[in-house]
Amino acid sequence: MTAPAIEILGLTKDYPVGFWRKRMRRSLDSLSLQVEEGEVFGFLGPNGAGKTTTLKLLMGLIFPTSGTARVRGRSIEDVAMHREIGYLPEQPYFYDYLSARELLSYYARFHGFSAAERRLRVDRSLERVGLTQAANVQLRKFSKGMLQRVGIAQAILHEPQVIFLDEPMSGLDPVGRREVRDIILELRRQGRTVFFSTHILSDAEMLCDRVAVLHQGKLQGIGAPGEIVSLELQGMEILFEAREGRALPGGLAQRATQTGGRYRIEVPEADIYGVLGQLKDCDARILSVSPVRPTLEDYFFRLVKSEPHPAYAVEVGAR
Amino acid sequence: MSRRSHDRTLRVAFIAIPVLFVAIASLQMRIDAQTAESGTQQDELIFTSGAMLKKMSLGYDSLLADVYWTRTIQYYGSRIGTHHAKFDLLYPLLDVTTTLDPNLVAAYRFGAIFLSEPAPIGAGRTDLAVQLVKKGIAANPGDWALYSDLGFLYYWRLKDYPDAAAAYFEGSKNPAAPTWMRLMAARVAEKGGSIDTSRMIWQQMYDSTTNPKIRKWLRTQLDGLTALDDEIHLNELAEEYRKRVGRYPISTREMREAGLLPGIPVDPAGYPYVIGYDGKAHLAPESPVQEPKQ
Amino acid sequence: MSALTAMPAVVAVNTFREAVRDRVLYNLIFFAFLMMGAAILVGQISIGIERLVIINLGLSAISAFGLVMAIFIGVGLVSKEIEKRTLYSLLAKPIRRWEFIAGKFGGLLLTLIVNTSVMTLGVLLALVYVGHPYNPYAKEVVIAVYFILLSLALVTALALFFSCFSSPMLSTLFTLGIYITGVFSEDIRGFGEVTNNKLLLAVTRVIYYMIPNFHNFNAIAIASHGQAIPFRQVWQNSLYALLYVVLILFAASAVFSRRNLK
Repeated sequence: MTAPAIEILGLTKDYPVGFWRKRMRRSLDSLSLQVEEGEVFGFLGPNGAGKTTTLKLLMGLIFPTSGTARVRGRSIEDVAMHREIGYLPEQPYFYDYLSARELLSYYARFHGFSAAERRLRVDRSLERVGLTQAANVQLRKFSKGMLQRVGIAQAILHEPQVIFLDEPMSGLDPVGRREVRDIILELRRQGRTVFFSTHILSDAEMLCDRVAVLHQGKLQGIGAPGEIVSLELQGMEILFEAREGRALPGGLAQRATQTGGRYRIEVPEADIYGVLGQLKDCDARILSVSPVRPTLEDYFFRLVKSEPHPAYAVEVGAR
Repeated sequence: MSRRSHDRTLRVAFIAIPVLFVAIASLQMRIDAQTAESGTQQDELIFTSGAMLKKMSLGYDSLLADVYWTRTIQYYGSRIGTHHAKFDLLYPLLDVTTTLDPNLVAAYRFGAIFLSEPAPIGAGRTDLAVQLVKKGIAANPGDWALYSDLGFLYYWRLKDYPDAAAAYFEGSKNPAAPTWMRLMAARVAEKGGSIDTSRMIWQQMYDSTTNPKIRKWLRTQLDGLTALDDEIHLNELAEEYRKRVGRYPISTREMREAGLLPGIPVDPAGYPYVIGYDGKAHLAPESPVQEPKQ
Repeated sequence: MSALTAMPAVVAVNTFREAVRDRVLYNLIFFAFLMMGAAILVGQISIGIERLVIINLGLSAISAFGLVMAIFIGVGLVSKEIEKRTLYSLLAKPIRRWEFIAGKFGGLLLTLIVNTSVMTLGVLLALVYVGHPYNPYAKEVVIAVYFILLSLALVTALALFFSCFSSPMLSTLFTLGIYITGVFSEDIRGFGEVTNNKLLLAVTRVIYYMIPNFHNFNAIAIASHGQAIPFRQVWQNSLYALLYVVLILFAASAVFSRRNLK
C-alpha cells in the first residue's frame, strides 16, 4: 500500500478580523482528507468556501493555525517537497517584463536542470499548452487565457508527480477549457496526481475520480461524484400538459413549474401513483416520467441555500 | 513537528541579530578609538568652506550651525587633556559654525578664549582669534560683549594697550553696554599692564560667561592672577624684612613673627606661599593654582 | 556555485534583469550629461581646481543617484511582488524564503555596482578631459567609490527590510529617516554628551551604536584632495558594512518567513 499522494490532517486557518484584529474568523476548519497517487481529485465549493485558502496553506504561502499536511510523505514545511509539485495559482500573474519562454526558463532554474535540459523542457511545456508561437512575446501583452496557459506550463514544466491547480478553467473560452481538460486527462494517463479546485461542477463530474465539497471552511462530503449525489433522495420527474379547458388540482399546480404549456413536477417515489392518479383525473397529457438524477449542482445549491447568511462567505481574507 | 523551516529562520535570526549588534558596536568603538588616537580628523571640514556648506545645506543652515557648534565643543572636549592637544581644526570649525549662523555669539566668545590660549589648553593662535571676533562684531554690531572680548585679546595676549583701549571704547558706545566698559577703556589707556587691570578684565570675562565649563576655567585664571598679586605683595614685604634683618626670610612664618604679616598667607587653593632663596615668593609646589600664561 | 548561493543567485540575476528592463540604467545618460557639462564648464574656468570640482561633483552625484536608486527600487523589492502576486508561483518552487530575500538584495546590489562602475568611469574620463590624464588620485577615488557602494549596500538592505512588511511610501520614509540619522549619528551622540542629562546621554549613545554610522563611509573630500586612505579603514568599513548587511538581512528574513501572503 503506497503512501497517499496528499494527506491533509486537521488543517485549520483563522484570520484576525475586525478593526482591532481581535476577533478570529475561521476560514478553514479542521480539514482532513487523503488523495491517492494517480487520482484526479476535485476540490469543490462556492466562492469563499476555503478552497484557495487550502491551496495556499499547502503551498506554504500562508501558515496554518493548527494541523499539518504531507505531500508524497514530505511535510508541507519541507522545502524539498516543492520539487515534486506543480502549482497554478488562481488568477496567475507573472513578471510582465519577461517573455513566456524567459519566465519558464527562470522557473526552470529553481529545479537545477542543465541548460540543455532546461531548453528542452521549456519548449515542450510551451508546446503542450499551445504557446509556441507566442513564446517570445512579453507577458504584459498576454490575454487572460494565455496567462492561464503559461501558468499551467510552469506548473508542469518540471514534470512533478503532484499538480495543484486553483480554478484552472477560469477565464478560458470553451476551447481553452477543453484544452485544460485534455491536459488534466493526459496527466492522469501519465500516472500523476492532480488536485484542482473549481466551482464548475460539470468539469468536476467529468474529470474527477473523487471530489470533496467544502462550504464555509468545513468539509461537507467526500467521495466519487456519483457517491455524493446518491446521498440525496431519489425521486421522479413528471412532465405533462394540461388539457384545454381542464384545470389542474390546486396543490399540483402550485408544486409544478410551468414553461409555456408544459408542466414539470418532482415527486418523491412514494407519491408517484397518487400524483399520476390526480393527473389522470384531470385528464392531463403525460409527456414523460423519469427518475430525477440529482446532480452535483443540486447538491451544491441545496448546500448553499441552507445557510442563512450566504453573504458571510465573502468576508474571507484569502482574497 | 510543525513549522520547521520557518521557525528555524526565526531562531537563527533571534540569536544572530543581537550577536551582530554587539559585534558592530565593538567595531565602531574600535574605529572611533583609532580615529581619535591617530589624530586624523576625517572631517570633510578641512576642505569645505563655510560658504560652500551654507549653499549645500538647502535652507537648513541654522540647524547645521548647531551641528557644527556641537562638533566644535566635542572636538575641543575630546582633545583637551590628551597628548595630542593640537587644535588645528578649532578655527575652521568655528569659522564654519559662524558662517552658517553668524549670530551664534557663543561661538565667537569661545573662540576668543580658546583660540588665543596657548597650548596645551588652546590653539595658541591669537591672530585667528582676533579675526574671528572681528567677524563676530561685523555680524553682531549690537553685541558689546564681543568688543570686550576683542579688548581682552589685545590687552592680555598682544599687550597692545592702545588697541585694547580702543576696543573697550568702541564697545562702550553701545547704549546697552555697562558703564565699566568706558572706565576700562580709560584705565587700560592709562595703566597698561598692571595686575589690577588684568584682574578686572579676567573678572569681567568670568562674570559675563554663563557656560559652566568656561567659567570654571576662567576661575582658575583668576586664582592665578590673585596668586600673582599676592606674590608681588609678599616680595615687597620680603624686601622690607631684608632691610630690617639683613637677609631674606626663609618662610612666611618668619615674616609673621617679625610682625610684617598678620597670619600665614595662603593661595586661593589654601596652600601657604613659600619664599625662595632669592626672596621671591612662589606658589607651594603641591598647589594646584597656576599662574596664567601670557 | 555553492548550494547556499544557488537559489539566491537565480533570483538576483532576475532582479537585475528587471531593473534593466525597467530602464533604471537610463539614469546613466543623465549622469553622463551632468559630468560632461561640469567638465566643459570647469575646463573653461581653469582656475586650478578642476580636479577638485570634478571629483567632488562626480562622487557626490554617484552617492546621490545611488541613494535614490537604492531606496526607490529597494522599497518595492518585496512589497511589489506581494502586491502583484508574482510571489505565489515563485514560492511554490523549492526556494526558501530567506533565499528569496538574499536574491533580491543581491540583484539590486548588482544593479548598483554596475551603475556605479559606469559612473566612476565617467568621472575618470572627465578628469582626463580637464587635463589630468595621469591622475594620482585615481586610487583614492576608487576607494571613495567603494565606500559609497558599501553605504549603498546598507541602504538597500534597509529598504528591503521595510519592504517586507510595509508599504512603499512608509518604507521610503523609514529608510530615508534612518539614513539621515545615520549620517548625523556622531553629532547626535555629541548633543547627548554636551547636555547634562544622564538619560539623554544614554539614549543618544544607544542610538549611535545601533543606527548604521554612515559617516564612516564618507571619503569624498579626502579623495578630492588626494589624501591617502589607510588600508585599516578599508577593511574596517568593509567589515562594518558586511556585519550590518547580514544583520538586516537576517531581520528581513525573519519577518518575511512568518508573513502570510494575502
